[in-house]
Amino acid sequence: MTSTSADAASSLRPSAGSLAFNEISMVFPDGTEAIDRVSFSVERGEFVTVVGPSGCGKSTLLKIASGLLEATAGTVEVDRERLGYVFQDATLLAWRTVQRNVELLAELHGFDAAERGRLATEAIQTVGLAGFENHYPRALSGGMKMRASLARTLTLKPPVFLFDEPFGAVDEITREHLNEETQRLFVAEGFAGLFITHSISEAVYMSSRVLVMSARPGRIVAEFEVPFDYPRPRDLRFEPEFARLSGEISHALRGGHS
Amino acid sequence: MTLSPSDTDPAATSEMPSEPAPTPATPIGTTSNRRRQIGSVVLPPFLLGLGILGLWYAISYLVLAERRRFLLRPPHQVIEKGFLDTSTFSEILSGLVSSARVALIGLAIAIVLGMTIAVIMSQTKLAERAIFPYMVTLQAIPILAIVPLISFWFGTGQTSRVVVCVIIALFPIIVNTLFGLQSAERGAHDLFTLHHASRLTRLRKLMFPAALPAIFAGLRISAGLSVIGAVVGDFFFGRGDVGIGQLLRRYANRLQGEELLAAVIMTSALGVCVFWFFGWLQNRAVGKWYDPSSSGT
Ligand SMILES: Nc1ncnc2c1ncn2[C@@H]1O[C@H](COP(=O)(O)OP(=O)(O)OP(=O)(O)O)[C@@H](O)[C@H]1O
Ligand SMILES: [Mg+2]
Repeated sequence: MTSTSADAASSLRPSAGSLAFNEISMVFPDGTEAIDRVSFSVERGEFVTVVGPSGCGKSTLLKIASGLLEATAGTVEVDRERLGYVFQDATLLAWRTVQRNVELLAELHGFDAAERGRLATEAIQTVGLAGFENHYPRALSGGMKMRASLARTLTLKPPVFLFDEPFGAVDEITREHLNEETQRLFVAEGFAGLFITHSISEAVYMSSRVLVMSARPGRIVAEFEVPFDYPRPRDLRFEPEFARLSGEISHALRGGHS
Repeated sequence: MTLSPSDTDPAATSEMPSEPAPTPATPIGTTSNRRRQIGSVVLPPFLLGLGILGLWYAISYLVLAERRRFLLRPPHQVIEKGFLDTSTFSEILSGLVSSARVALIGLAIAIVLGMTIAVIMSQTKLAERAIFPYMVTLQAIPILAIVPLISFWFGTGQTSRVVVCVIIALFPIIVNTLFGLQSAERGAHDLFTLHHASRLTRLRKLMFPAALPAIFAGLRISAGLSVIGAVVGDFFFGRGDVGIGQLLRRYANRLQGEELLAAVIMTSALGVCVFWFFGWLQNRAVGKWYDPSSSGT
């Protein structure tokens, strides 16, 4: 990766594939304080996971990063041109087949039909949905829908990838497989990943760094480096070191006392 | 990089349906089993039909005295005079065709007008708030109350008949289209927002396709209403082609009970055909993907 240093103006802009929150606070119009002065950044090649109790503002944070919501204070630095954002729900369009769903974003970005088709076919291969191109969403299981949703985002080859509890609704086994696939993608593409989850084991398995958020208003209360090398074997979850780290994170989540 | 589901992912393999797409469960069974099922579907209405025919005969012959029998002629006389008599039957058919044409034109206008209004309402809350009360008012006016006004403005020719159809068919189209346009999921809207979709792109690729099931449901209702509108309009407006409404009135005035009943039966048949046709159309258009049991994916 070469980093181009140019004039002063462009050095203020985020480098390709990085994301930074500077003192972000969010108060909703109804007075709900969702986020309180959150600052951290995710560089290219980093996979950062945020864990926190329900309702602490994790989704809100991603919405602010993507521009769907405007923070009430603070700034976000990110290139939004080709931002990847995988929602908690698959949000597939029911009237489109898998192939046409996966082509959607390329379509919205004005790629021509041939290029769209090529990108979609490649992404569908990557998530292991080959053979299901002509299925409508109603004929897919929950896990397959999530794969299609992932493939849809992959077509853009985003340098920054946001995941909002993407595998929260699928069963344990499927989730572990989707974790492995996502990790392979991360290793292959080296994007900057920001991941949200409720599962500590998922957080440790996937991330290079885990941030713990407090209950509302969300604040970053702890940060853990995850020392394991990528790609990580499936059985890492049963290593003592993995268990120890999970325990520490769990402790931090409960507010630092028992 | 490629992950094949076969070696890396047992979950994917187990998820694979063996058929291209799951179809609604069809009864599997032996021939006699299936025959019994067909019997159970066809037999009850058939028996009820026989019962009604019996009742009809009973009223004609047992309840009504000879000189009052014109009120309800027995079925075979209705068939004889209303359906087998070529001149009467072709008169009824041409009346039906005329009214069906009026209903179709009225429906077409209502579709264009109604969908345009619904799209405008879907684009700004202001337009929705401004228009909605008037739509509800229009819907609440009994059609018979404005028939004199329509004949006052448009005369008693074909135009007035079409106007009645439009007025009566408009509301379900607007309401259903609007409801459909607003039915796209929040998440899907977010997706379009994230990728800087224009208003038109959002309408064409998200809101409109999402609205199709509701639009077709509305179309089905409106088509039925449009037929009613055509008959009612024809009943009151005397100029122009003779439609089924004029015939109904004529037969009633001349106490032609057989012809009257035949015309009524044929009018219902038209209504049933229209309802069935739009049901078929709906299934053709959205049946492949629409899953009524889930609101989203
Ligand atoms: N549009 C809104 N208006 C008012 N309050 C909101 C709005 N959106 C979210 N909130 C509130 O902000 C808080 C944070 O919401 P958010 O969805 O970010 O939580 P979360 O951490 O993602 O929770 P979960 O883990 O359950 O998904 C919640 O208390 C929620 O009620
Ligand atoms: Mg959330």
